[in-house]
Order: sequence, then structure tokens, then C-alpha cells
Amino acid sequence: MTTETLHDLRGDQPRFQGLEAGHRACQGCGQALAARLTLEAAGPDVVLANATGCLEVFTTAWPDSAWRVPWLHSLFANAASVAAGMEAALKMQGRDVKVIALAGDGGTFDIGFQALSGMLERGHNVLFVCYDNEGYMNTGVQRSSSTPHAAATTTSPAGVARIGKRHLKKDILSIVAAHHIPYAATASVAYPTDLRKKVRRAIQVDGPSFLQVHAPCPLGWGHGGELSIEVARLAVQTGLFPLIELERDVLIGAMPIRRVRGIKDYLRPQGRFRHLFADDPRAREELAHLQALADHNIEVYGLRGDRPDTLDSEGADTVHRGGRHFA
Amino acid sequence: MPQALEGSQAIARAVALCQPQVVAAYPITPQTHIVEHIASLVADGRLRCELVSVESEFSAASVVLGAACAGSRAYTATASQGILLMSEVLFNISGLRVPLVMTCANRAVSAPLSIWNDQQDSMAVRDAGWIQLYCADNQEAVDTTIQAFRIAERCELPVMVCVDGFTLTHTLEPLELPSQDMVDGFLPPYRFVRALDPLAPISMGTLVGPEYFTEVRQMHHEALLAAEKEIVAAAADWSAACGRELAPLVRADGPPEARIGILTLGSVFGTLQDARERFADTPVRLLHLRSFRPFPVEALRAACQGLSELVVLERALAPGADGIVGTEVRSALMGIDGAPRVHNFAVGLGGRDVPLSIYPRLLAAIHEPHPRMGTIDIDPRYLPPKARATGETPP
Amino acid sequence: MIEVRIHGRGGQGNVVAAYVLATAAIDQGHFAQAFPAFGAERRGAPVAAFVRLANAPIRRRCQVVNPAFVIVQDETLTASPDTLEGLRPEGAVIMNSERDGQGLSAAFACTVYAIPATRLSLEALGRPMPNMALLAAFLALTGLLPITGLKDALGLRFGGDVLARNLTLIDQVVAATPAGLWKERADAAGA
Repeated sequence: MTTETLHDLRGDQPRFQGLEAGHRACQGCGQALAARLTLEAAGPDVVLANATGCLEVFTTAWPDSAWRVPWLHSLFANAASVAAGMEAALKMQGRDVKVIALAGDGGTFDIGFQALSGMLERGHNVLFVCYDNEGYMNTGVQRSSSTPHAAATTTSPAGVARIGKRHLKKDILSIVAAHHIPYAATASVAYPTDLRKKVRRAIQVDGPSFLQVHAPCPLGWGHGGELSIEVARLAVQTGLFPLIELERDVLIGAMPIRRVRGIKDYLRPQGRFRHLFADDPRAREELAHLQALADHNIEVYGLRGDRPDTLDSEGADTVHRGGRHFA
Repeated sequence: MPQALEGSQAIARAVALCQPQVVAAYPITPQTHIVEHIASLVADGRLRCELVSVESEFSAASVVLGAACAGSRAYTATASQGILLMSEVLFNISGLRVPLVMTCANRAVSAPLSIWNDQQDSMAVRDAGWIQLYCADNQEAVDTTIQAFRIAERCELPVMVCVDGFTLTHTLEPLELPSQDMVDGFLPPYRFVRALDPLAPISMGTLVGPEYFTEVRQMHHEALLAAEKEIVAAAADWSAACGRELAPLVRADGPPEARIGILTLGSVFGTLQDARERFADTPVRLLHLRSFRPFPVEALRAACQGLSELVVLERALAPGADGIVGTEVRSALMGIDGAPRVHNFAVGLGGRDVPLSIYPRLLAAIHEPHPRMGTIDIDPRYLPPKARATGETPP
Repeated sequence: MIEVRIHGRGGQGNVVAAYVLATAAIDQGHFAQAFPAFGAERRGAPVAAFVRLANAPIRRRCQVVNPAFVIVQDETLTASPDTLEGLRPEGAVIMNSERDGQGLSAAFACTVYAIPATRLSLEALGRPMPNMALLAAFLALTGLLPITGLKDALGLRFGGDVLARNLTLIDQVVAATPAGLWKERADAAGA
């Protein structure tokens, strides 16, 4: 009789890889990592609807595909609607397969916004995952409604007359949660265990669920690929990207920040905020503004606390079912 | 025994006989009655399907696309602005080679806003890669709807069943609805070989680079051309089952000795048939182009045998160019021996009634030179004075 | 083929009247066609609907421009020349009116049969819905279809109390209408 612990057994079994290595993402791509983690947690019994964007492009150029789960890319704006149709069909067929829609912030906040709202309102059993890299990175770093205030993009450049994007980052989570869906949460690639747990939780919801995953884009944000995780972690630790969970529009959890960092720590490594460190009164004003936004998040969500961080260990949150059978 | 049914109601019942598992639609005049009837069939438990009441036509097309890819028969219906709003998805559906059926309750396109019938909407998406079948009457709409599912599923191509809005959708008349057994014997259960399944995962809708793109497009083109065979076969098999005569590609009605032909798409056909009886001295062959996509070149040539003059009636405009259908007809007939001269007019735009009295005007018009297409039923009183004075409008 | 045009205002059941008449004909083994003068009309706006009755399949789909019979659900619509426009010489008009038919005939220079359909419907149904009273009078005058056909067609669309009250109204109207008064007109129009 073997005396291996459950933990060892899990460790021996290969993780389910829904998204294989070898795709064409940039080094340090937050979205690729986020998609891989999502599928590790979701497992093989899924069908994916993918909006147009980097994820679709770098995973599939014909005749190759990095996906080991059924995957459909239709258009930029319709991932939520295509997912809704898949779900309706699978429901009628009596099949227990979860439908996941994948989209960037363009396909979620902007062009796909109406379809998303419709899907949420109709209560489809779909998990919608938004990989939020805060801009139109696939087309060469243009501003989206998710781009943070004062960030420079190719369509919101910083110059003599402008200080980068003039508008606030859209609060998509609040808008989504206002549909009173069973579960909506933010996550970050810097906290993979937290991300996988949230995927598991969202998957188990019978109804619409939503995840906004903060996913750095080294190209668009202007930092080294090796810094992606660090930059993503700083977004959380400064309070600019709070990790929270909502059930039917009620806050049920927030990841505490044990040591709150100033926003400059997050902004400084990123080229898109370089102009905020110039000797310019407007830059100082924008920094103060961004700090105020972070402070506001910390206050509103009660992020300051001594409670421990979510344990970032490999464990029960990962699905090992299927394993190499699908590899 | 024929039943008294409104066109929309009959189409809804025909759709229900094909047992789609997912129906998604957004209401738009004059398509609404179709979807309302389907909704009531679902509410009464007479149709077991997931009815998704979406927030836009863009999503309606996207939902049925997702459903069909996930392995269920799916149906949608729209018109006019709805067709244009879903146009991006229409190209996508056909490019992915997904079998779907959609009813287009043909209506004008804004501006100016018009809720009334013409065929500008479906003509606007003629190159979307869908099969387009036009119905001359409501019985044909019922029969074509049922055939459309089989054609779509055998060809892995979407089929648009074009039905003149109001003129057909809102007309009550005696119609034969087939039995469920008859439909079941004709239409096998939905099976899509590329259905998305976790046990056999595939990737659909991948990026395709220049090294493969042309070949994919060419295959799509050839699939549409090859669909002609399935359209013919579906008509023959359905005709055998229901006992009604059906012309699959081009319907020709009139004597072989006729030298004059009039070609139209849709419900104007019957009005022209009635009008012809008043002018029995002039033999005229009436042609109904049922299949506009694929464009049936050979069948059209055969139907035009012996004609010296062919009037092509458009229910849409290609502003700044000649007629849409007329240009294609001209091109199809070019180079064959004794090809008829093609005269081209738009008629009945934006719901303008096409009266019996249009017929003698068409017969008279073939004697006048018309270098460019024009609208034959224009009312000069409503033109600005300058346009009235130039007299450019055809008789 | 007999062509009928119904004029009324949105909300008066013009299309329902056309559909019920055509349904009655079809269920009696005839050919028929009914359609509205397709509009975006709201309640109260002038609307029209068309019915064709025949003994052979009906192919034309144009609007009725030379009706054999015109049914006017709202007398005020006669202020527009369109309402009685194109009436065939042997044709006739059934008008919802409290006025006398002879006076109306003289006023409009055509044969008019008047019936106070709004009042009758208010009494029978409790709401101003003149369409079935007018249809009952039309069928009684022309003898084109048996009244039972009208009742059966109505039964396909309505049930319960609404149906029962309408059936009573139809009987009441038929009893008060000279049966077959327009039979020759109908024969001439259908010839």
C-alpha cells in the first residue's frame, strides 16, 4: 500500500494544458499566461469563444493551433453572443460543458460591450474572461476605454498640449456587476493561485460569471518582458488594480495589501507613463491624481490590512483531470 | 387541405417543422410576426427550442453561429437595417462554412427611412457568400424554408430565404403545411462534422495568411457553385414528397414562341402573371429567378431560349451603376447565339405598389432606347423641377 | 374575383376583419387573400386592408384599386376622396353610420348601406369595435359566404366571452339586414 499524500499524487500528475507552449506571443505576454492559467483551472470540458485580438492571432495562425480545447474565433465584437449561442445549443443537447468567452479589453469594454451586456442580462451559463492589457495592443497600442488616465498610447500620445489619455479607465467590473450576475471578480497574472481559484469559482456558477484579469503587455506598456509579473504585482500593491470579488453586485472579498506601495513604483518601469516623471507641473498634477485614484480604491474596498496574502502555492485549485490524454 | 395562414405564421410553422434547437432574433418590421409566431409555438410547447431574444441583429447572427458550431440546428430572421447590422457576421458565418437558415423579410434600407418592401437589404449582402433563394409566393416560402435547411446542411453553407416584406409576410392566403413525417423523411437530423466537442477539440476561425487565403476563398466560391446541384436535388425530392411543382433555379412561365421575357425576383411575379392575361395577344415569358446565389447561368440561358427582348426588373438600386440583377443577367447571356437585348428597370422601391398597369408600360419600354437603368414607376410630380425638366426618367 | 377594401382607423380591427373574411372564404373551400395597406400606423390613423375572394388561385399581390365593395369603419374617413376612390360601377359601400343609407347614397353618388356598427358593438361588446357587425352585414347583403363561415373563422381567432358576444352581435345584425339584397351586384362583380 502506498503512503503518498494527496498532494504528492497531484504533483505527479501533469497539469491540464488547454493552451500549449509554442505559440507566437511576445516574451512576457501577460495575456498568454492568463489564458494558460485560466485553462489549467477550467480543465478540458470547455468550449471557447475567442474575440479577435492578440490571443486569437498568436495562438492560431493556420495550419497551427496552440489550443487543446474546442475553440472558435468569430469576430471582434461578438464573443459574448457566440458564447451565448454555444451555451443555448449545449443546454438543449443536455451536455455538461462550460462555455468560456475570451476577449481583450477592446472586445469587452468597447466594441464587445453591448454583446457582453446582452449575454449577462439573459443569464447565459457562460464565463466571460477579459484579458485586460489596457489598450488595443493587437493593432499597435491604441487607447481603449480601459487605458488608464494619463497613459500614452499611439492615439493618446503625450505631447506639449496633451498629457496622455485624457479620460479615466472605465470601471467595467462595476458595470458588469450592476447586471447582478452571480459572480464577478478581478484577478492578476501576478497572483496565479488567486486567478485559478477565481476561475474555479466562476466555472461552478450556473449562470453568467465574469473575470477581469490584469495582463501586462510589455510592448504596449513599455517595460521589459522579464518585468511583466513584477509590474502586474505592483498594480495590485499600489491599489490601482484591486483584486476583488462580487456576488450579485455585493463585495464579498478583496485581497488585502500588507505593504501599500506608492504609485510611482508601478508607473516608473513603464514607458507609457514616462512623461509623468518629467519636470512639469502638469505631470505632478497627474501623478497626484493617479495616487488619489489608488487611495480611493484602497479606501472603498478596504484593501489595507494585516490579513495574509492569498497563498500562492500549487494546490487544489489546479485541474489535473485529463492530463496527457489531451496533450 | 389548405389552411388560411398569414405568410409569417406559415414560415414560422415551417421553421418549427424543421425543429431547430436554437432560434435567435431581434425584432424588426416586417420580420416581427415570424419571430412572434415562433415564440408562441415555444410558449405552447409545440416547439422545443432555446429561443434567445438578443439585444441586436449583430448578436442574433452571432448566437446562431455559436449554436450551429456547438452542434445544434439554428435559425434566425431579420430585414433591412438588421441585415446591414449583422452583415459582418454574415460574411463570417459563410466563411466559416457554417450551415444556418435565415429568413430575410425584404425591406428597403434607410435613408430615407422606409419600413416597406423592396430588396435592397438582401442585395446589399449578395457577396456575403450565402445562398440566396427568392420566393414568389407564400407557398414557395414554406417549401423553400424546409428545403433551405437541407441545402445548408449538405453544402455547409448558410441559406438566406428572401421573402418580400408585407407583400408576402403579412398576406393571409390558403397554404399547405406539410406533416411532421413528411419533413422528417426529407430532412435528416442536424449533424455538423466540425461541431465543437471537448472530446475531439478543433480550432475554428483561425488567422489565415496570404499563403492559404486565396485557396480558402476559391473553395468557398466553388462550394456556392456546387450548391446548385443540392438546390436542384432538394427541390426534386421535396416536390416528390409534397406533390407541388417547384422550379429550383429559374421558373419560366409562358409559351416557347414568346419573343419577350420579363425577369423578376420575388412576389411581383404573380402580379405580372395576372396582368399578362389582359394582353394575351403578345406572348410573353415570365421568369422568376429563385436562386440568385448561386447565380444559375446555364438555367438562365435555357430559360431565355428564343427571347429577343428581356426586361429585368430590379427591386433595388445600385446608385451610380446599372441594375444589380440586370448586369448579372446581361453578363450571363453575353456571347450566346441570339441572346436577347436586356432592358433593365427598378420598380416598387420602398413599398411602392406594383400595379397590374405596370405590365403594358414594360411592354412599351422595350421599344425605347435606355442606355442606363432607371426606375420605371417614378412619379415626375415628386421630383425637383430641374430633374423633371431633363426628362431623363424612362416612360 | 371579388375585391374588397376596408377603410378604418388604427385599432378598429381592420386587418383582423380582412383576415377573418378571407379565412372564412378559404375554410369554405374558396380562394382568398387578405393583406393590410402596410403601414406604420398607430391607433387612430387612417388605415386600409384588402380582401380578394375567388374561385381560382389568386396570383396578383398589388393593392386593390377598383374594389367591388368598400367597407368603411369610420364615417369621418369619407372626408378623404381616397376612401371611395375606384369603386366599381356595380359596386357598393357598407358604412358604419348612424345616418340613413339613402341619404348617404345620394351624398356619395353610389350605393351605400348604413349600419350603426359602433353603437351595436358598444351595446354587444362593451367597446367600439365595428368590424364584425360590418362583416356580418356585408355577408348578409351579398350572400357571398354563409354566416356560419364567418362565425367559424371568428372562432379560430377568439374564444370565451369575447367570441360569444361577437356571435350574438353577428346574429343580431344578420336578422336586421335584408338578406341577398346585393346578390346580383356580387354576382356581377365576381363574373
